[in-house]
Amino acid sequence: MIIYVPCDSAALAVGADEVALAVQAEADRRGLAIELRRNSSRGLFWLEPLVEVVTPAGRIAFGPVAEEDVASLFDAAWGASHPLHLGRPEDMPFLQKQERLTFARMGITRPLSLADYEAHEGFAGLRKALQLSPAEVVQQVLDSGLRGRGGAAFPAGIKWKTVAAAQAAQKYIVCNADEGDSGTYSDRMTMEGDPFMLIEGMAIAAVATGATQGYVYIRSEYPHAVATMRSAIELATAAGFLGEQMLGSAHSFHLHVRMAAGAYVCGEETAMLESLEGKRGIVRAKPPLPALSGLFGKPTVINNVITLASVPIILARGAAFYRNYGVGRSHGTLPIQLAGNILHGGLVEKAFGVTLRELMYDFGGGSASGRPIKAVQVGGPLGAYVPESQWDIPLDYEAYAAVGAVVGHGGIVVHDDRANMARLARYAMEFCAIESCGKCTPCRIGSTRGVEVIDRIRDGENRPQQVQLLRDLCDTMVHGSLCAMGGMTPFPVLSALNHYPQDFGLPV
Amino acid sequence: MTPDHTFDAVATAVAAHQHLPGALMPILHAVQDALGHIPADAVPSIAKALNLSTAEVHGVVTYYHHFRSAPAGRQVVQICRAESCQSMGGEQLWAHACVRLGLHGDHPGTTPDGAVTLEPVYCLGLCASSPAMVVDAKLHARMNIQKFDRLVAQAGSAA
Repeated sequence: MIIYVPCDSAALAVGADEVALAVQAEADRRGLAIELRRNSSRGLFWLEPLVEVVTPAGRIAFGPVAEEDVASLFDAAWGASHPLHLGRPEDMPFLQKQERLTFARMGITRPLSLADYEAHEGFAGLRKALQLSPAEVVQQVLDSGLRGRGGAAFPAGIKWKTVAAAQAAQKYIVCNADEGDSGTYSDRMTMEGDPFMLIEGMAIAAVATGATQGYVYIRSEYPHAVATMRSAIELATAAGFLGEQMLGSAHSFHLHVRMAAGAYVCGEETAMLESLEGKRGIVRAKPPLPALSGLFGKPTVINNVITLASVPIILARGAAFYRNYGVGRSHGTLPIQLAGNILHGGLVEKAFGVTLRELMYDFGGGSASGRPIKAVQVGGPLGAYVPESQWDIPLDYEAYAAVGAVVGHGGIVVHDDRANMARLARYAMEFCAIESCGKCTPCRIGSTRGVEVIDRIRDGENRPQQVQLLRDLCDTMVHGSLCAMGGMTPFPVLSALNHYPQDFGLPV
Repeated sequence: MTPDHTFDAVATAVAAHQHLPGALMPILHAVQDALGHIPADAVPSIAKALNLSTAEVHGVVTYYHHFRSAPAGRQVVQICRAESCQSMGGEQLWAHACVRLGLHGDHPGTTPDGAVTLEPVYCLGLCASSPAMVVDAKLHARMNIQKFDRLVAQAGSAA
């Protein structure tokens, strides 16, 4: 009997290791031969630890399994009579309604099994890329319409084209895995659950641009992701998917993991480059563009984890296949992360065009507390709070921008009616004050002044004047900051103020 | 911790990583992994090995939240204070932790007996299972006050 227990951090955090030990111990006690496999997580986190057994009818899931449930699961012969029985995962509505392209293997394969990866279309994209000319690889990415999934939504193919055209003795591929936004975890899941996919995406970028060295810059809050990526790189290198003459081709690519050190602003690409160079993570002024003068002053492709992880399937199945998903100029799919006060929190990969209402109710099942949902922050700490009047807008970069919101990294944090939006607005300024790199004045000083002004508004001190002052301050931060840290902190602040004035003591 | 320990840890870290491009961060991580923090007397020797000024290395150590300039308590507890955890009672958990450990919420630090260091953390990527925290590198999600008391009581008795 084969039994799967996930090893994703979110499963470990609710006792998956203890469950795995209990399963093995109980099998031993009963004299049953089992093969315990540690798979990635399917991303149905309210059901973790989600244990699966292999049967003639496919894999059958049970969850959420606690240590003390294990004996009764064996007693029930892992059958439908057990109260935790969920049936086949792929029949569950939460998964059935998704369009999993990038996350197709998630929960199914073992993260560090090259055999599992290859059995599920792994390295098909890299093999294809090696048959094409570098320019053709770039063209595939351009034609796919893939835009940066880290938040800025810049077309990936244009970045690659710029680096490919640059003349330099050394070029780099850097993966920005400093996923610091609250409410996001798709990068973490990718690195912990399907690390070869990211490696493959980076290798394809190397082939396309002529880069021979790459770095994955991973936040220190993700030690499991760091460990898995390091092991995966070793395995992939030993098997010839990385290193000198990848898969017998003329291309060489050496990949390294670097651990960050807890500075949110290092998710900004130029601050990340400074950090990789061994300096304080202070934002650089642009230009020069990193594509021309990036890491150590050399042409550098910088993409987020999901951007790079989306590339293998684009190469394997063709640009048109990927491009046909989505709406408007938002092509393909987005791994959306349902988080916060949500009953069924988890990973939902859907084509662009899905609405917040569908995500929160059809997938998420409403709030975890059972109370009415009041506000949703989309796109991380720098994203706007979206009120109910905007929950039916299709998830699309342009449609969101039109209402002053951002899709960002696809994190969706749900708050129920107990949330005080003035307090959350204050937190946005406070977080900016804690994390500002300090290089530009609007961000460094504006954030602290912002906290003070919001305090005065909440205390009812000259309220109308203070509200005007807050708006002026936000205007200065938006237009005068060097990067998104100071430039977008006003998004959550102003959206809270505009859509929930009553929480600031203002008339509706 | 004797200065010899510091000297050895720095020498090992430098030898292992000095050849890397942008070696400072990997060296600092290695020193902190070995010693639990980056002692002030480690800074000049790291600077010398990399041909940097002491100020540059000090600047990097103090810039990043992850690096400690002083030893932590025997137990390190990190509670997520970001938005997702806030929406599920993370701030109540934080307030409870501060009261229970007798620490101030704005600058928590380490308990006077050196047993526990409490720190805020801004997102552990467990946002679908909020609130979340870390006790000595082990992750815990779907936290509540009862679970916190159980974990910190365990931590205290193990120390």
